[in-house]
Amino acid sequence: MRFRTMEQLVELCERENKSIGRLMLEEQAKESGRDEREEFRKMAEYYAIMKEAVRKGLTEDTTSRSGLTGRDAQRVMQYMADNETSVGDVAAEAMANALAVSEVNASMGRIIATPTAGSCGIIPGVFVSSQKRFGWDDDTMTYALFAAGAIGFVIANNSFVSGAEGGCQAEVGSAIGMAAGAMTELRGGTPAQAAHAVGLALKNTLGLICDPVGGLVEIPCIVRNGFGAVNALAAADMALAGVRSVIPSDEVIQVMLEVGSSMPEKHRETAKGGLAQTPTGKKIMDQLYRKGSSKTTAAKQTETAE
Amino acid sequence: MRFKDVFSIIGPAMVGPSSSHTAGAVRIGRVARHILGDLPEKADILFYGSFADTYRGHGTDLAIVGGLLDFDTDDPRIPSSLSIAEQLGVDIAFKEGKGQFPHPNTAKIVARRGDRETTVIGASIGGGNIEVLGVNGFDVKFTAMYPTLIVLHDDRPGMIADVTRVLSRENVNIGHMSVDRKGRSGEALTVIDTDSSLTDDVVREVAQLATVRDVRLVDLTTNKGGASP
Repeated sequence: MRFRTMEQLVELCERENKSIGRLMLEEQAKESGRDEREEFRKMAEYYAIMKEAVRKGLTEDTTSRSGLTGRDAQRVMQYMADNETSVGDVAAEAMANALAVSEVNASMGRIIATPTAGSCGIIPGVFVSSQKRFGWDDDTMTYALFAAGAIGFVIANNSFVSGAEGGCQAEVGSAIGMAAGAMTELRGGTPAQAAHAVGLALKNTLGLICDPVGGLVEIPCIVRNGFGAVNALAAADMALAGVRSVIPSDEVIQVMLEVGSSMPEKHRETAKGGLAQTPTGKKIMDQLYRKGSSKTTAAKQTETAE
Repeated sequence: MRFKDVFSIIGPAMVGPSSSHTAGAVRIGRVARHILGDLPEKADILFYGSFADTYRGHGTDLAIVGGLLDFDTDDPRIPSSLSIAEQLGVDIAFKEGKGQFPHPNTAKIVARRGDRETTVIGASIGGGNIEVLGVNGFDVKFTAMYPTLIVLHDDRPGMIADVTRVLSRENVNIGHMSVDRKGRSGEALTVIDTDSSLTDDVVREVAQLATVRDVRLVDLTTNKGGASP
C-alpha cells in the first residue's frame, strides 16, 4: 500500500484524480498479486452477504443463543410503519438495518466483519438503506466498500480495531468513521471531504469503552450499531455541507490510540467493568454461566432494558 | 504494518457472533481436522481462559466442532454442527482446561480416528486470526493463514534442506518455518508456511523422503463453504 495516513490517501487520490474506492482497489490488486476483477468480485460477494444479513434480520427470528436479544430491528421497522419517527425515516431505516445485521450476528447468522463482528451492522446499515434511497447500483456500493476499507486500513494500522485492545471506540467508532467517509464519497464528496467526515465521526466516539454484558456480543453492542449508522449519516452530511474536522482525522486517530492505550483492562472487552458489572449485568452473567442455560428467565429480564 | 490488505479490514465472511470466539475457533478446529486428515471418531476439546468462561454464549463449541467437520468460517451449518457431528457418529466431549495457558482464548483438541491421534493447541488472537502453538506435543507456531506443510521426521542433519529442495524445485516460496524436536536424534516436527497452494504430488514427494514419517497439509485458504464433511 502506498499510503499509511489519511493525508497520504487524500493526496494520492487528488494527484491521480481517483476516488478513494478506486485507488484502494488498485492498491489491493498490487498487494495481493491478483487482478482487479478478482478482488472486485470478492468485495461484491461480501456486499451480497451484507444485503442478505439485512433481509434476514428484518424478517427472521434473530433471538440469540443466550436468549438475551433479538428482533429489535423488527420493532423499529414496525414502529416506523405505525408512527412518525423522531429521527426521520431515512435515519430510522439505517438504524433498523444496522440492528438487523448485528442481531443476525448475535444469533449465529452469516455476516461480514467490518472491521469486526461486534461492529458488523454499521456499514451495511448505512449502505443498504442509502442504496435503496438513492438508487445506486451494486458496483457503486462495491467501490464504496473499498473506500470504507481504505479508511479502516489507516485506522487499524495507526490505532486499533479491536475492543480488547482499544475499547468500543476501536470497533464501533472505526466502523462509523469508515461508513461516514464512504457515504461522503458516495454522495459526490471529494476525498478531502471524506477525510473530514472520518475525523468528525471519530471525535464523537472517542473514549467509548467495551463492556459487553456476560462477555457476549449483544448488550450493548447491538444498539451501539444502530446508533452508529445514524451518526455515520450525520458525519457525512456535515462534511458534505463543508464542515471541517479542524483537528485532522490522522490526529484524531492518534487520540484514539492514546485513549485506548490508557483505558483500564476492565473496560476492554473483559466484562469486568462498565455495563457488564452493573447489578443487572451481573445478574444476567450469573444466570448465563452458573445456572447453565436459563434462556427464558434471562430473556424476560432484559426485554424492556434494550 | 499489522494489517496488510483491504480484506483484513472488510471481512472475513463469518458466522457470528464473535470474530475471536467464533471465527477463530472454527479455524482451530479445522487445523486439527487437516492434521488428523479425516473426520475424527472421537474428539476431546479443552477450553481455557475466556473460551472456558463464555463458550456457550459465543457458540465457541459449535464453531470448533464446525472446524472439525472442515467447515469454513462462514458455513451456515456451523450453528447445527453438534447435531451433524452426532449424526456422523463423532463422539465429542467438552472440558474446562486446567493449568497454565498462553493466551486468554486458547483451546486444546485431541482428535482420534482409528489408531491415529492428533493434538492441537491453538489461540484465537482476534479478528478471526489464530496462532497454533502446539501439534502432537511439539512446540511449533503457525497461523494457518497460508497453506502449511507439517512434516514429522527423524532429527538428522540435512533433513530440512531435503524438504526445502523439493519446494524450491516447484517454485514454492516459504514464508515462515518452525521446528521442534522431542530430543536429539529423536522425532522432530517441521512446519512450513508457503505462499502458494501445494499440489498432492509435492506433498507425496516430501512424504517419500528418507526418514520422513508423516506429512500433512493444512490448507484453510480454499473456501469449501458448501463441501460436505
